[in-house]
Amino acid sequence: MSQQEQFRLKVGLAEMLKGGVIMDVMTADQARIAEESGAVAVMALERIPSRIRREGGVARMSDPALIKEIEAAVTIPVMAKCRIGHLVEAQILEALGVDFIDESEVLTPADEENHIDKHPLKVPCVCGCRDLGEALRRIGEGAAMIRTKGEAGTGNVVEAVRHMRSVMRSIHTLQGLREDELMAAAKSLGAPFELVRQTARTGRLPVPNFAAGGIAIPADAALMMQLGAEAVFVGSGIFDVGLDLKPDEQRRDQLRMARAVVKAVANYNRPEVLAEVSEGLPKPMRGLSMESVPEEQQLAKRGW
Amino acid sequence: MPSAAGEAVSSRRVGVLSLQGDFACHRAALEPLGVEPVRVTLARDLEGLAALVLPGGESTTMLRLIAATGMRDALEAFVRARPVLGTCAGLILLAAEADRLPEAPLGVLDVEVRRNAYGRQIDSFSAPVDVPAVGGRFHGVFIRAPRLRRIGAGVEIIARRPDPAGGAPEPVGVRAGHAVGLCFHPELSGDLRLHRWFLSEVAGLALPDTGGPGAMRALAASEGTE
Repeated sequence: MSQQEQFRLKVGLAEMLKGGVIMDVMTADQARIAEESGAVAVMALERIPSRIRREGGVARMSDPALIKEIEAAVTIPVMAKCRIGHLVEAQILEALGVDFIDESEVLTPADEENHIDKHPLKVPCVCGCRDLGEALRRIGEGAAMIRTKGEAGTGNVVEAVRHMRSVMRSIHTLQGLREDELMAAAKSLGAPFELVRQTARTGRLPVPNFAAGGIAIPADAALMMQLGAEAVFVGSGIFDVGLDLKPDEQRRDQLRMARAVVKAVANYNRPEVLAEVSEGLPKPMRGLSMESVPEEQQLAKRGW
Repeated sequence: MPSAAGEAVSSRRVGVLSLQGDFACHRAALEPLGVEPVRVTLARDLEGLAALVLPGGESTTMLRLIAATGMRDALEAFVRARPVLGTCAGLILLAAEADRLPEAPLGVLDVEVRRNAYGRQIDSFSAPVDVPAVGGRFHGVFIRAPRLRRIGAGVEIIARRPDPAGGAPEPVGVRAGHAVGLCFHPELSGDLRLHRWFLSEVAGLALPDTGGPGAMRALAASEGTE
């Protein structure tokens, strides 16, 4: 199969996830809660971003045993994260049969200069971005899906909003340019010319454009959809709920929050439905203001 | 012109179930054929539609959202009576039986479907498919695709995938009256022939002759990749 045809299959899976919610899970039981709530996919990891923040240390790819357990627990696609630039972790995830690899700034980067060449992998990859140039660089390397970086594990949507606004604004700017202005635009974006031209022509990213990083409640998810996201990742927002409760109450609250986010994404432009799903929700994760996150702890600054 | 359901079709509005999945790709395939795609997320969106498309995506998620939005009864009534095309997850929704689903599918196609039957994403593939109704070869895109395990007596096979090893071809598309289900994704192949056939032959809609420049471009693009 040609690399072009392979890319069509990779982007095809991303298309199938549109309009859905992808949830971070740490156990097979959480994966079942996610599936039961209507998640379109789960992200298998050992520590959700809020825990990585609290505990510190080097965050690496999850144990293959955990990934296999989660793959066996659900029928929806299973994603997993590898470190930026860690091509061997990506190869291992591919060998484990994960359906999507997230080359993620949430884990500690393995390479501060180079991202993984994603074209040779058979499994599709998603990468984070803060702006259009970064998105197109990752697509140039073979990413089949782009998501905002946001600021994972904060429960604060402000950075995801900043990144999505930036991407959409730049796309609109490109659309207004003349053909003979596109090379200069590519130079200033630091992005491959052909992808810049394609984006200018179509008015959209060449691959599906999802939101992630700090989305904690249904209204946050719907906000990202209204700003142009085609689907939403929820990291800590679900399984950081009810940590002070007994296990069965915790499970019930997590399921309620998960269901509410799913329904909000499917009805993101119907305020009456959003009002209904937002009522009487379990207490969301406490969250962090950006002023309280020192610059060296900001995950979005990892990668370029 | 009468539709397969026997009612006069006065509308060119074709619904696309848009709770989740690749509904945008179906919209993009329908538009150049001269019909008006309609986003369906609530029961009332089904009113006055000439036909409906159930897209690819996650069948478990779609079934749950169909229940959560309270549209199950209206959707079931629609697909029993009116023209419907289901691709991949859409086929699973139309089937009589499928494995590991949270609730029963809609049951308008008397087939049993096995979900993700080829394996995980790494086993996704594209392959030529024979669809006599659209004049022969079609580029089949199979993503975490289902397989047809049992096909009921009243169900016609409309698409077959030749076995690369030389064995018997495998059924990958079926029709029972006004309901069509495909294991692959014509909406991802850039070839509008199956959508055109569904709208004109199954739904009985009169389409503009050319299909628009978009259709020709898409056709040329798909021929270029095969």
